[in-house]
Amino acid sequence: MKRERPQSFNTVAMKERLTIPRQDMPEQDATLRSANFLEVNLGLTPEQAVVEAQRCIECKNPTCMEGCPVNIKIPDFIQLICNEDFIGAAKKIKEDNSLPAICGRVCPQETQCEEVCVMGKRFEPVAIGRLERFVADYAMQHGNGSEEIFGKPKSTGQKVAIVGSGPAGLAVASDLIKEGHAVTVFEALHEFGGVLVYGIPEFRLPKAILREEVATLETMGVKFVKNFIVGRTMTIQELMADEGYDAVFLGLGAGLPRFMNIPGENLNGVYSANEFLTRSNLMRGYEFPEWDTPLYRAKHAIIVGGGNTAMDAVRTSKRLGADEASIVYRRSEEEMPARNEEIHHAKEEGVNFMNLVNPIEFIGDDQGSVVAAKCLRMELGEPDESGRRRPVPMEGSEFIMDVDMVVIAVGNGSNPLISQTTPEIETNKWGNIVADEDGRTSMDGVFAGGDIVSGGATVILAMGAGRKSAIAINDYLKAKVRSSA
Amino acid sequence: MYKIIKAEFIAPNVKSFILEAPHIAKKRQAGQFVMLRVHDKGERIPITIADSNTEEGWINIIVQGLGKTSAHLNTLETGDHLQDLVGPLGLPTHIENWGTLVCMSGGVGTAEALPIAAAGKAAGNRVISIIGARNKDLVIAQEQMAEVVDEVRISTDDGSSGRHGLVTDVLQDLMDEGIKPDMIVAIGPLPMMAAVSNQTKEIGIPTMVSLNAIMVDGTGMCGACRATVGGKTVFVCVDGPEFDGHQVDFKELGSRQKMYKKQEEESHKCFLERQMKKMKAEQMNEEVPA
Repeated sequence: MKRERPQSFNTVAMKERLTIPRQDMPEQDATLRSANFLEVNLGLTPEQAVVEAQRCIECKNPTCMEGCPVNIKIPDFIQLICNEDFIGAAKKIKEDNSLPAICGRVCPQETQCEEVCVMGKRFEPVAIGRLERFVADYAMQHGNGSEEIFGKPKSTGQKVAIVGSGPAGLAVASDLIKEGHAVTVFEALHEFGGVLVYGIPEFRLPKAILREEVATLETMGVKFVKNFIVGRTMTIQELMADEGYDAVFLGLGAGLPRFMNIPGENLNGVYSANEFLTRSNLMRGYEFPEWDTPLYRAKHAIIVGGGNTAMDAVRTSKRLGADEASIVYRRSEEEMPARNEEIHHAKEEGVNFMNLVNPIEFIGDDQGSVVAAKCLRMELGEPDESGRRRPVPMEGSEFIMDVDMVVIAVGNGSNPLISQTTPEIETNKWGNIVADEDGRTSMDGVFAGGDIVSGGATVILAMGAGRKSAIAINDYLKAKVRSSA
Repeated sequence: MYKIIKAEFIAPNVKSFILEAPHIAKKRQAGQFVMLRVHDKGERIPITIADSNTEEGWINIIVQGLGKTSAHLNTLETGDHLQDLVGPLGLPTHIENWGTLVCMSGGVGTAEALPIAAAGKAAGNRVISIIGARNKDLVIAQEQMAEVVDEVRISTDDGSSGRHGLVTDVLQDLMDEGIKPDMIVAIGPLPMMAAVSNQTKEIGIPTMVSLNAIMVDGTGMCGACRATVGGKTVFVCVDGPEFDGHQVDFKELGSRQKMYKKQEEESHKCFLERQMKKMKAEQMNEEVPA
């Protein structure tokens, strides 16, 4: 990628930069935080941010940008931080990413920008994620919303409907409002944010941050409609034919939890991770009975799975007062898909890890409530199609442990609502919407991106897909104007 | 916020609400439901749509005040607002001309059976309604039902109206009279639907039941509403709410419905205490001369 190098504001000599230690982010004490829902990470101080930015060695070919799914101009914003122009740095990020306060918190930077940071080859990589989070929070606290950055564009008179207010939908909304289209986001639930509101816990992403990001989009002109289920309240055809939408983007998310299909899974006390987290995050079950939605407060909770969702669930159950909260994962820690930081935080908070264990049955009492899990110990065999070593049950290893809550966090299938109501949109055998690289579906004017296309992935990948679709939608709308002129 | 156009008690503890909901009214078909929240800290609950009017843009729901949320909902009056309302959800009832359709309903289930009975009649069936209730005060929608079906029969637990007994007894009466139903629809409390399904399985009449499960989102995302039907796990919200009654594991669903019994009692108690305080405070205000 050929690009101009940003102006350097780094006053530290090159050699010295290598000796600056990576700045640790202050966080809430582990014992304290394992009993509350307040945010764990507290963010860098301005002084720390400048020091961290000064660690950047200003590579000629900045690989970090290629490691970012939305190609944020990382070297540019880092130099602005060196110059203590934090607002300028935030604006620079917002040129490519409308939700930096969120991505700075939940992106797996260690496998993206930071993984390919040249510093990381011999030292520790520049803490790009922490810097992104710092400037985004700084800009938010100093009242610099994106509307000032981009001004009010000239209206094209064209209307776009975005279905789902999760990361993909918000990214599309942000890009298309800047182009002057009239953008409306439709959300099925009663709060905006999709997985950011029902899935990711308060202690990892405070709802106030999310609301602030949504409010920024609102001031930019995006219209938000809640309690509206496209497919049921109104079909895609009706949105286009009757309501005059010129294009539709489907960012529905994965949203149909997978279970293991083992005996006892429908016992009381056995949750999908989606249900457990929705009850806690969206419905605030942890504040029951002040809030109406009940939630089990288990003594011995097990969470089946090794992804970020499993970590969110296990850390939530710990905060709800579990004496013992354990991850039960059929492979070893090395194969865990969860971010290192989440695993590390979970351990600090006293979460127990039972790796190479797989449940085969849940056992209930006469009331139909789960009281035990029957498990097998596993060992790793040959690599499977995912490239990870396949877990194989060990003979005679069966054991039973007492549990009073189980959360199944083994991923999501696709929601059947759109295929039930809009058969003209092609889906594959897993029920995911078939879309090309730019998000075009089999229905003219309808685009899709995020988990509903890719299957369960990350916030930033959904945003990346959304941004690609936004370009394609913009082109589509321009062509539509030309052909009708 | 979603306006309550009209609210009135139609039986002890049973309230009928006309809700402003033009989009839902336009799309809604028999058998579908809405999710609602009463207030900003409220839980999401599913309620079947009993009736709707596209021109006037409203839907009708019938609510029995059983737990905290439904009890709170039933304190709302004409002109008040709901916090959230979304729908229509679930698959619409499959209707065809079976021949003789018997709609068996218990309690507020009668309000939910009404649109199905009407649709069944419109499809050309001979429709017989069997309404069951604990006593005559709890028999609801009898007149509306009589308007759309060929015949209405009542049973009450205490014999205060119609036949002294259960809806299953009335079905037996019908059979004894030589009427052979081709299709049964049963809507009501779980034990009633289980009893009907048991009875009709033995005599080989296809039976459809409308399951009421605990839900959170109501759109397939959480899986709280899962039930076992034909040995397979289904999500009541997106795969139902209607299923073949002969295939449903009622025992499992029964215990799943009681999953939060303790918490619900606690929540209900808190609510009643708050209501009591409010009433006392209002009384005090009235007593103090201005």
